[in-house]
Amino acid sequence: MNYSIVAENLTKKFGDFTAVDSVSFKVEKGEIFGFLGANGAGKSTTIRMLCGLLEPTSGDAVVGGFSIMNEPDKVKQSIGYMSQRFSLYNDLTIEENIEFFGAVYGLKGKLLEKRKKWVLEISNLIGKERTLTGDLPGGIKQRLALGVAVIHKPKILFLDEPTSGVDPISRRNFWDLINRFSDEGTTVLVTTHYLEEAEYCNDIILINAGRLIAEGNPQRLKTEYIDGNAFEIETENPVELMDILKKAKFIIDVSIFGKKIHVITKKQFEKPDELENYCTQNEFKIDRITRIVPTLEDVFIHLLEHGSKNAQQN
Amino acid sequence: MLNRIKAIAVKETRQLLRDVRMMGVIFLFPVFLLVVFGYAINFDVQHIQLSVLDRDNSPESREFINSLLSTDYFDLVTYLKSDREIREFLDRKKAQCIAVIPSNFSNEIYRNEVAKIQFLIDGVDGNTATIIMNYVNAAVASYSNNLNYEFLSSRGIKLSSSVSLEPRFWFNPDLNSTRFLIPGLIGMILIIIAVVTISLSIVREKERGTIEQLNVSSIKIPELLTGKAIPYIVIAFINAGIILAAGYLFFGIEVKGSYLWLLISTLFFLAASIGIGILVSVIADSLQVAFLAGTLISLLPSMLLSGFVFPIESMPYVIRIFSNVTPTKFYIVCLRSILLKGAGIEVFWEQLLYMVIFTVIVVVAASKIYNKKQLKELSS
Ligand SMILES: Nc1ncnc2c1ncn2[C@@H]1O[C@H](COP(=O)(O)OP(=O)(O)O)[C@@H](O)[C@H]1O
Ligand SMILES: [Mg+2]
Repeated sequence: MNYSIVAENLTKKFGDFTAVDSVSFKVEKGEIFGFLGANGAGKSTTIRMLCGLLEPTSGDAVVGGFSIMNEPDKVKQSIGYMSQRFSLYNDLTIEENIEFFGAVYGLKGKLLEKRKKWVLEISNLIGKERTLTGDLPGGIKQRLALGVAVIHKPKILFLDEPTSGVDPISRRNFWDLINRFSDEGTTVLVTTHYLEEAEYCNDIILINAGRLIAEGNPQRLKTEYIDGNAFEIETENPVELMDILKKAKFIIDVSIFGKKIHVITKKQFEKPDELENYCTQNEFKIDRITRIVPTLEDVFIHLLEHGSKNAQQN
Repeated sequence: MLNRIKAIAVKETRQLLRDVRMMGVIFLFPVFLLVVFGYAINFDVQHIQLSVLDRDNSPESREFINSLLSTDYFDLVTYLKSDREIREFLDRKKAQCIAVIPSNFSNEIYRNEVAKIQFLIDGVDGNTATIIMNYVNAAVASYSNNLNYEFLSSRGIKLSSSVSLEPRFWFNPDLNSTRFLIPGLIGMILIIIAVVTISLSIVREKERGTIEQLNVSSIKIPELLTGKAIPYIVIAFINAGIILAAGYLFFGIEVKGSYLWLLISTLFFLAASIGIGILVSVIADSLQVAFLAGTLISLLPSMLLSGFVFPIESMPYVIRIFSNVTPTKFYIVCLRSILLKGAGIEVFWEQLLYMVIFTVIVVVAASKIYNKKQLKELSS
């Protein structure tokens, strides 16, 4: 068995409300696994169950070889976790935070010293040991939090929205680090609501309102889940165009991206000309039209509006 | 395990040392209470309104009255002329205490017989009445001591100097309210500091989300709590030391009994207080709530129900049962025995037992509520 995480029908209910609804997926050893979904989709709840912090209402998951239902304590020993809220102590210095969490994870003496140096190095904070953590800017704080989360070199790493609210450059650096861990064999499960970050992942799942609606690697998702062709149209008046296009029978999806419109048409509509004709027939002027490969965003909008393939079949 | 407890204790200490506001509260609050209770609230009864019906009117009777008036404790209102006036003076509250000296007072003294004086005390305020009665008893005892001394020396018998005639000796030391208050004060300050600091420190982790990071490590809750308790226990001991030193400097109170038992009973008391702090932190979800609940739960019962100010013996039965909600009640008994009486463990071992039982009950309640809350969170 080559999986770090196997989740089966994980379900979490808060009273009548189902936050996570029968979610199943598998994460291979050493891969970067993305967890996508809007706010409130159930990402954090799923992660907290996988870390042994929250008991599932039903279903189970095996994490690093241990069941989260039966052996949550053993699960905790083999994982690293960085929660969505910044959870180092702002009133401790960088060095003190590292030493504290190192000791809490059972490190001591020379090994603790060695790991401390390593954490300082990967989070790029050598020479700033005595700075109060609260005085650091957001992006650097997150890097330190990541360093602290891996101080005990866990085999599986859970990162809950590690890059939210962080500037693009810091985000890029952050992903370099994640890649580095993955190269060293660590399995990384990361949640995000930045769709472009999904491209950095080997595999992703998309959840909406607690349900899994798509899974696979980002490239395959783009071709597999959209049963049609994608076009991009540039126009001065996208809102009006969208209303016109929505009435057309051959259109599956229309969505606006600034001054551009993305259109998914039925399979038989392959050429931009046909679309352009339709627009002129309706007395609408467009600037440019090109056929494109659908982006993940197109895929997700499509899925959110039409449900997953499975849901459609049922 | 020890390693982790140490890490928590060190971290907690560092955070505390950086928290100037908290340090201020911890060290200034006791001083504040000490001043308020030590000086402002003086339970000593002074200037008792005294009237005298002197039927004897002899040098001896006048001497006795003068011996009462020569202190700050009694002020003479007037001499009464008849029995009828006694009623009027007491009913109209013109006097709190009336001394009736019988006409044979001096004769009885000369005949070496028991001379009787009648004291009528306004009993409306039971506490004050008791105190007045004690003063009267002490004054009378001292007066007769004096008489004995004069009587013996007039017959050439020298008394050893061990019979002190200092006025301070007149009064029952236990009536000196400052002395009496210090143990309660120590208990009250310690319990407030312990409950508030420990509950704030736990709730802060909840509020800031750092508890999540601790939960995911394999640290156990008892390790976490022990580590957190250590610095606050040290601080509580420093506080206790400060109060004792202040008590000695300002009020002349010395530790009569054993320091070891003082330390041990304080440790038992702190364990119980920390138990309350944990209970508060389980109930409260924000720092404000924790601070308020912690202060109220520790302060009010310690002040009203512990026997600190109001004696437990004079409470109604129901309230006496209710007084067990605060461990200060048990600790005060230990402290009064050790500090004031110099008594040993045989006097207060039961109190230590009660404090252990109290701690167990509070901690079990806290963990029950904790589990229930988690379940509720899962189903709300
Ligand atoms: N402890 C809880 N009690 C009740 N509802 C909760 C609790 N935790 C999360 N939820 C709800 O579950 C849903 C999923 O939340 P979450 O997993 O945090 O979403 P995400 O991380 O994807 O933004 C939300 O609607 C949230 O309000
Ligand atoms: Mg979340």
